[in-house]
Amino acid sequence: MSVEAPGFSLRATPIGTLYRGGEGMWTWVLHRITGVSVFFFLFVHVLDTALVRVSPSAYDEIIATYKTPIVNLLEVGLVGAVLFHAFNGVRIILIDFWSKGSRYQRQMTWVIAAIWLLVMIPGIYFMMIHTIDALFGSTS
Amino acid sequence: MSTPVFAPRSDSRNKQRSNFELYGWLFMRISGIILIFLVLGHLFIMNILDGGVQRINFAFVAGRWASPFWQVWDLSMLWLALLHGGNGMRTIINDYAERDQTRFWLKMLLYVSTTFIIVLGTLVIFTFDASIG
Repeated sequence: MSVEAPGFSLRATPIGTLYRGGEGMWTWVLHRITGVSVFFFLFVHVLDTALVRVSPSAYDEIIATYKTPIVNLLEVGLVGAVLFHAFNGVRIILIDFWSKGSRYQRQMTWVIAAIWLLVMIPGIYFMMIHTIDALFGSTS
Repeated sequence: MSTPVFAPRSDSRNKQRSNFELYGWLFMRISGIILIFLVLGHLFIMNILDGGVQRINFAFVAGRWASPFWQVWDLSMLWLALLHGGNGMRTIINDYAERDQTRFWLKMLLYVSTTFIIVLGTLVIFTFDASIG
């Protein structure tokens, strides 16, 4: 532990701050970016689902784009964004309401990163199984 | 040496106190917890389970919305997600739009478009007709 002059810190994240530098700041940035992305998708998603009131074929046509390889990849990105936003949301709630939350916010960042990876790896596989098969499979 | 503490620049005593931001803060946390179950469940069913997105079509939607359970699920998800996201966007506009005019009109655009999407989605769920076309 380094000796610190009062009021001056050599740490990357000054003591007693949550959003200045380090994990606290970058999770905050990512929380905003993923939140805005998901919100814009939500608009598009309600509009495309609204086509069920136009005709079955109109809906089936728009849903067909969701099944194409490129949009399928975008869906993986969407799920990744939602999962980060959800897990980091739990971290924020714990910081706010758990008495030791702010003390362990840095550790919690790495815990949610690990959970995110654990969910995403099989998630990517099962979400893209058809696309992988269509692009590289021997059955085509 | 102690840090000087400045008096508030606006005279808050003369203003009507509102707890709106407190309730907004609380709403983000409560709706967030509910949305974790609704949205992650939705994503799992739609993108992973039983063939994922490849099996989704009009008939699939008709089968789901025949059940009040999924109607309530989707309706709750629609309202909570758009209010949660709308409030998040309001916070972001307040943070980054510096001119009063810009901030005002961006928020008006946000409120009008969010209301439109909530009303549209609600009507779609309530008026869905499996025998259309």
